[in-house]
Amino acid sequence: MCLAIPGKLLTAEEHNGVRIGRVQFGGITREACLDFLPEASVGDYVIVHVGFALSRVDREEAERSYALLESMGLLEGELQSDLHDSESSPGGRAGAGGRPL
Amino acid sequence: MKYLDEYRDERIARNLAAEIGRRARRPWTLMEICGGQTHTLMRFGIDEVLPPGIEMVHGPGCPVCVTSLETIDKAIAIASRPAAILVSYGDMLRVPGSRTDLFHVKASGGDVRVVYSPVEALKVARAHPNRPVVFFAVGFETTAPANAMAIWQAKREGLANFSMLASHVLVPPAIRALLSSPHNRVQGFIGPGHVCTVMGCREYEQLAREFRVPIVVGGFEPMDLLEAILMLVTQLEQGRAEVENQYVRSVTYEGNRLAQKVLGEVFEVCDRKWRGIGQIPASGLSIRREYADFDADTIFDFEGFTVPEPAECISALVLQGRKKPTDCPVFAARCTPEHPLGAPMVSSEGACAAYYQYRRHMVAGAGAN
Amino acid sequence: MAPAAKMQPGLACPVPIPARDFVVLGHGSGGRMSADLLRNLILPALQNPVLAQLNDQAVVEVKGSRLAFTTDSFVVKPLFFPGGDIGSLAVNGTVNDLAMGGAVPLFLSLAFILEEGLPMEVLRRVVESIQRAAAQAGVVVVTGDTKVVEKGSGDGLFVNTSGIGLVPADVRLSADQARPGDRVLLSGSIGDHGITILSQREGLAFDTGLQSDTAALHTLVADMLGASQAIRCLRDPTRGGLSSALNEIAERSGVGIELQESAIPVREEVQGACEMLGLDPLYVANEGKLIAIVDPAAAEPLLDAMRRHPLGREARMIGTVGGARPGMVTMRTRLGTSRIVDLLAGDQLPRIC
Repeated sequence: MCLAIPGKLLTAEEHNGVRIGRVQFGGITREACLDFLPEASVGDYVIVHVGFALSRVDREEAERSYALLESMGLLEGELQSDLHDSESSPGGRAGAGGRPL
Repeated sequence: MKYLDEYRDERIARNLAAEIGRRARRPWTLMEICGGQTHTLMRFGIDEVLPPGIEMVHGPGCPVCVTSLETIDKAIAIASRPAAILVSYGDMLRVPGSRTDLFHVKASGGDVRVVYSPVEALKVARAHPNRPVVFFAVGFETTAPANAMAIWQAKREGLANFSMLASHVLVPPAIRALLSSPHNRVQGFIGPGHVCTVMGCREYEQLAREFRVPIVVGGFEPMDLLEAILMLVTQLEQGRAEVENQYVRSVTYEGNRLAQKVLGEVFEVCDRKWRGIGQIPASGLSIRREYADFDADTIFDFEGFTVPEPAECISALVLQGRKKPTDCPVFAARCTPEHPLGAPMVSSEGACAAYYQYRRHMVAGAGAN
Repeated sequence: MAPAAKMQPGLACPVPIPARDFVVLGHGSGGRMSADLLRNLILPALQNPVLAQLNDQAVVEVKGSRLAFTTDSFVVKPLFFPGGDIGSLAVNGTVNDLAMGGAVPLFLSLAFILEEGLPMEVLRRVVESIQRAAAQAGVVVVTGDTKVVEKGSGDGLFVNTSGIGLVPADVRLSADQARPGDRVLLSGSIGDHGITILSQREGLAFDTGLQSDTAALHTLVADMLGASQAIRCLRDPTRGGLSSALNEIAERSGVGIELQESAIPVREEVQGACEMLGLDPLYVANEGKLIAIVDPAAAEPLLDAMRRHPLGREARMIGTVGGARPGMVTMRTRLGTSRIVDLLAGDQLPRIC
């Protein structure tokens, strides 16, 4: 459900009270409404669904979690499991909503 | 493409799968809620790399599949009116109503147009001020704010010929219905990443607590799904039942407050019929009275227009994760994407269609010409 | 009524099958609906051994010469698009259908169906484009026809072209000749034409520097035939895309075909549009690409020959023909798993969800 993809915000302008941005997805660009995402600024990656930007890709979070995933290939066996027991690993990460209640 | 291609890495995916295998000491049954996630599982063959003890069952998160027969018939009735223009997302056109589908209405002269965004539906309405333009608005919480914005904008502009046939559905009540069923066998959920991008994670905490079930909000790329599965298995093996967020690059705890605000301004929660499942209390969104001028349900007289939903059928069991598409006796034999017998075969995100398209060769004797 | 309901009560989907009493757009999509229309309605009425070959062109023997003969109608909207127009498309499409049989294209016919009210300037531009494309391809338009229909009975302008060419005596290319072990070659990136057209469509509009790949492929074919005779079959994957063309070959030859996802070139414009709209580039139309099924020993020399030609610079080997799962096309995904590449039912629809 809900096909949404990340694209790079190239421009942002007001048209008749609506904030419209041009977003680049691979080799194409398309208009997206930015009214749900006033904090988005040019250069940001935004997640777009049916022509509306819904969130800003958190670059630091993305890089940090990706680095963790990438590091998995370098470790094997028990070492690997140990890594995953730790709080900061992908397997045990407490995300925004994932803090143990 | 950035944030897509790097999440399709074979080496990391295989390492994640291996780690899931090391972690899982018992078999676990997990459900991905979203049709988009089902699509990724099938398209990338993720079930092939998972350890045998991990069973994925496919959830009801395909708005096209769960839109009620009655709503489809209403859309067909509108599109059949001589002057009307029905504007729709592409995937709704092939869904059969009780007698026909929108493709056939179009073939018989109905003006049915496909758009990518509700913004384009407004453009159609502006371009044809003397014709009623109805936008067929389906979707979960991800799509609802965009559709709400279209109504809000139409009201602001006084776009009197624009209206919306709204059939929005909500994810948490559906999860609740699944978990409340005596037949439920799902032990952990991959939560709907893009729904949570809008709605945040809060609603899922109560479900996790109440039903003692882990929910990991997940993304849509192969590595997202594998990581979410790993996080679920980790929780299950440790006896935890919490909400965690795998899709941190897009989902925050609070979600998108502005989108929620617009959604709440235009829509209100209502009971909703789900195709193949039946009525689920407080599981839909309908247009608020203040915006009734833009509500196709009000404008077009549908008094007495009721279409009975089939009480029990395998599509319901598939949508509830109680059956696999391949358990159906007519799967890939008489039920195919060209001649769908059930909604999950119609939408490219439907579980049956995904199986048909990507997995048919795994079924002995089925579909091989 | 739901026939399934009788089989196993409570375990069927009681949703009626919609009647198929009308032609719908999906019948023209080049996918399974097109194939069904052909098989169920057209072929039974007109069956003969040449037609039964179902190649892009018919090859018939006339007094010792082997004539290739083909026809194609063009209904593209908009009429003019980045990289081409309906005129160049109509010439190149028919030239390519001849070329896929190994023929040297010679003559074309040209028929217009014009809608009342079409600006004369538009027609003039299309005719000029046809003239240029024909000159470039070295074919001559030797006969034609023009009909005008009432306003509302057409969509501006439709074109039909038929073509005749000569097939050298030693060349025999046909979709039923693929054998296990053969290699699948592709001349370049897929989806360029279809995505270019889609980008112009009302309701979906997006911006891209992409151009249609429309081009006449017969000189590329000539170079390939010059490099090796061990080509079993050529196809230009137009409507229905790579998937339709390969499924046809798999079915006609009774073989399986396995593709390597990572080997198939897709431009980032095409990927971007497909990700956004939920489409699969394997089903998107091309107008200047070919696939070749070739003997494994000839694969490298043929790739070399293709890469030396301007239209084959990005040629790649994208898969192999196998004996398992006859009639079915499968693909090794990026994750090393396997999945089916099915014929599409009808048109590929943008999906939101």
